[in-house]
Parts: sequence; C-alpha cells; structure tokens
Amino acid sequence: MSIEPAGCRDSGYNFAYLNEQTKKMIRRALLKAVAIPGYQVPFASREMPMPYGWGTGGVQVTASILTPEDVLKVIDQGADDTTNAVSIRKFFRRTAGVATTEATAQATVIQTRHRIPERALGPDQILVYQVPIPEPLRFLEPRETETRKMHAFEDYGLMHVKLYEDISQHGHIATTYAYPVKVEGRYVMDPSPTPKFDNPKMDNCAALQLFGAGREKRIYALPPFTSVVSLDFEDHPFQVQAWEHPCELCGARDSYLDEVIIDDKGGRMFVCSDTDYCASRRMAASEAAE
Amino acid sequence: MTTPLLSVSSLNKRFGTTIACDDISFDLWPGEVLGIVGESGSGKTTLLRSIAGLIEPDSGEINYRATGGEVDVHLMSEPELRRLQRTEWAFVHQHPRDGLRLNVSAGANIGERLMANNWRHYADIRTEALKWLAAVEIDEARIDDLPRTFSGGMQQRLQIARNLVTSPRLVFMDEPTGGLDVSVQARLLDLIRSLVRDLGLSAIVVTHDLAVARLLSTRLMVMKDARVIEQGLTDQVLEDPQAAYSQLLVSSVLQV
Repeated sequence: MSIEPAGCRDSGYNFAYLNEQTKKMIRRALLKAVAIPGYQVPFASREMPMPYGWGTGGVQVTASILTPEDVLKVIDQGADDTTNAVSIRKFFRRTAGVATTEATAQATVIQTRHRIPERALGPDQILVYQVPIPEPLRFLEPRETETRKMHAFEDYGLMHVKLYEDISQHGHIATTYAYPVKVEGRYVMDPSPTPKFDNPKMDNCAALQLFGAGREKRIYALPPFTSVVSLDFEDHPFQVQAWEHPCELCGARDSYLDEVIIDDKGGRMFVCSDTDYCASRRMAASEAAE
Repeated sequence: MTTPLLSVSSLNKRFGTTIACDDISFDLWPGEVLGIVGESGSGKTTLLRSIAGLIEPDSGEINYRATGGEVDVHLMSEPELRRLQRTEWAFVHQHPRDGLRLNVSAGANIGERLMANNWRHYADIRTEALKWLAAVEIDEARIDDLPRTFSGGMQQRLQIARNLVTSPRLVFMDEPTGGLDVSVQARLLDLIRSLVRDLGLSAIVVTHDLAVARLLSTRLMVMKDARVIEQGLTDQVLEDPQAAYSQLLVSSVLQV
C-alpha cells in the first residue's frame, strides 16, 4: 500500500477549490457542530463542480479542513476504486495537490460515502461523511419547522413509530441503513446511509467524524469519544447484520460483505466491501505463507 | 371538588377586524362535560383551539389545574405545553385526517403517544394498542392496516383511541361526529359517552348539533357572534332557552 505523493496542484485554483471566505464560513459551522454533537448546523452550501448526490457536502467539508500535509483517502461504499471515489480523489489532487492513498492506516482525512473502514480509526484521523438527507425525522414529519422544534424539545417519540412499523410489518427492525442513533443522550441523528453494521463503530470512536449535506445545507459532527447509541425497543434490541459465510477472498468473518454476481447462471460470491481491508489481509496472508 | 379543573377568564381573540372570541369567561369542573354550541362562524372552534394552546389568544387567562400544580396555558414554555398536550390532554379533530398519521398503521397511531411518553417495550405497546382497538370496536385484525383503508367512522374511532390511550384528564373535541352518517354518529356518541363515564374524563365538546350536545354534555354554552349568550345545565338550556337566539336554535331542530 503506497501513498501517491503530493505536489501536482493546478495553480489556477485556490487551495482545495473553495475560496478562503467560504472555507472560513464552513469551519465556523464545523466548530459549532463539534461543540453540539449531533446538532444539524445550517451552512451556506456552495455550488460544486459535481451534481448533488455525488458528495457535494462531503467535498466542501473536506476542502475546508484539508491542509497541504494531509494524506487523503476517499471511499465509495467500502471501495477506493469506484467512480465517485476516484473522481473526488483526483479532484483534490488537482485542486489541493495533497497526497492520496488507499490505505486506511496512512490516511489523515478519509471522505466516505456510506461505509466506515473496518480498521479502527485513530485520534489523528478525520472521517468525513457525504450525507444525502440529514434529518432523521424527515419521512415521518415533512415540516422542517416542526422537526427543528422536535429536536429542540427532545420530542423524539415519533422516531420509535418508524421502528414500531418495521417490527409490525417484518417481525423485526428491518431498517438496515440510515439507522437512527442518539448522540450523547441528547440529539437523535441520522448517521447518513451507512449500513447499521457500522453504527457501533461510531460509538466512542477515537477519530473526529464530520457530516456534510450539500443539497440540504447542513453540517453535523461527532467529536472523538462521543457516545452514539442506536435506538431500539427493550424486547427488540439493536442488532447488526451477520453473514453465514466468510469473505471469499480474504476469509474475514468480522467485515461487512457485498454480494457480487459472477456469471449469468445464478453464481455469486460474498466479498469484503472495504477493499483496502480485504487487500491488506490477503497481502498479510501471502507474506505469512512465504 | 372545590376548585375548577380549567378556568378561562376574559379571553379575546380577533383575526384582523373579525372578532372571533369576545371577553369569554367560564370554569370547567372535574368530571364535567361542557358542550359549546352555536352556528358556523360563531367562534366555537377558535375558543376551543385557544384553550387547548393551539392558537394564541390576544388577551385573557387560561388556568389549568395540572397534576403538578396550576398553570397558565399561554405563559407556559412550549416544551411544557407540548408535554401537557401529549399526557394530560387530548384533542379530537373534526376530520380524522387532521388527527391521525395516515402513512403509519393503526397500531402505530395508537402507540405514538405511548412512545412519546417513553414506552420502549414493543410487546407492551402492541398489547395496549389491541386493547384500545377493542375498546373503540375496531376489529383487532386491522391493527397493521393503514388508517386510509378505514371507513370514516372507523377513522374517527381510531382517532379517539389514539387520544385516550394515555388516559388524559381533559379531552377537547371539535365536532367529533361531523361528517358521519346518523347511525354511525349514534354509535360513536354512545361510545364516547361510555368512555367519558368509565374513565372519569372532563371534556369540552364543540358542536353545532344540539342532539350531540344533549347526549354528551352536562352543561351547555351557547355562542353567537363571538360571545357567550347563554349558559346553564344542558337540559335547562334546551328545555327553557332564555336568549332569543337559543330559542331559535332549539326550535329549528328538525323533528322526525
């Protein structure tokens, strides 16, 4: 696993694309978000050279916190090599000239769409999430004026109505992603469309976690070592997904697996969604075999 | 029973130049059902919504004797008022669609108030929902159906169940039988009457239908042009109306 070195910045752009005033504005929102964990801070989201839904919120947060010494990793689901991840990595290589990597351990800033890397994050790392819909109550209560009051008054009974509906229709809590959490016993937060498998990793995480929603113009954050509890019922406790088989490439039993169709005869395999985790396990295994 | 449960004094509300409530004062005693009758536009619903804290009156006091002590409804902070509205109070809307959550099941509609009051045990919520469906005569098999698949009468009964599940002390009803056909109305009234009696509720019922007022309420207030023109025991007002408008109202009931 190597680092692509820094230094191929296009001098036609300000560092990391955004102008300094915009970065200052976003950093102020970030400071407020860190000060009130789980609270959605409005910010003046900018037009970015990419469509909404491709990570405009995450990109703006990353642009505001990036320094020339940073090493950036970008993942889409768990993979470093898909279109969204490759494009954003190239965007910051060109506009900020920072070093990039696919290795979780070497990165100082990791921008993600959905997944949290399997490898535990450290205190010198920042995880930036691209968020489509920051409001966990949105589909139950469409009025923003009302949901903001519900957050302010800690009036969260409605959140459990959704979980109740899941159990009554499916016999268990069928929500598998964007699974609502309570932050530090106060704000209910949408952890963005991360699979609920990753919810426990958010709890008491050593790294700073920042969430940016570009279209919805909201920023929220989890400072390091924040309590994050997934909502549930006493008789239907929160559970993460489990798979019957290990990863077919690296044999991992503790990672989130993607189903991959391999032919047109119904053949399929389950492999780690975190490509870096899978590759480094395979490399370690082949080194041990030699 | 020496102090009233709710005490309204000099309540005024106007919308621009239209006066909706003009200097209205009354007391509601524990266990009493107060009917408010009057023609359309006489300010009944505005009065009810002001008392329930849904709209802000221009002046006047509304004192409610809560379990924790007496409070002025419009001087309370909003979170306190909301807590009152989801625990000790209930509001039954004229149109069930205003009072129900149409995109979640009947069970979740009943369970919502319980969950808002920190019930976190699914099986308990379910049991309570089934109990209340039975209490309002809805087939228990419909617990997972959406309210929009229910008939109008069933929706209204579901709304009542959803409101009464947390055993409120005071229930506000705005034309609870409006828009229902007479046979459904009769059964609903019967149901409300027995629930009110069994649970020992106090209630304020707004209606333009004197038959509803006669069946449900113990005391009656007649409103016209934003003022209370007559009040007294229901039978007394209906048998021997004093104000000219009350006489007109009573005499204009269709006799079948």
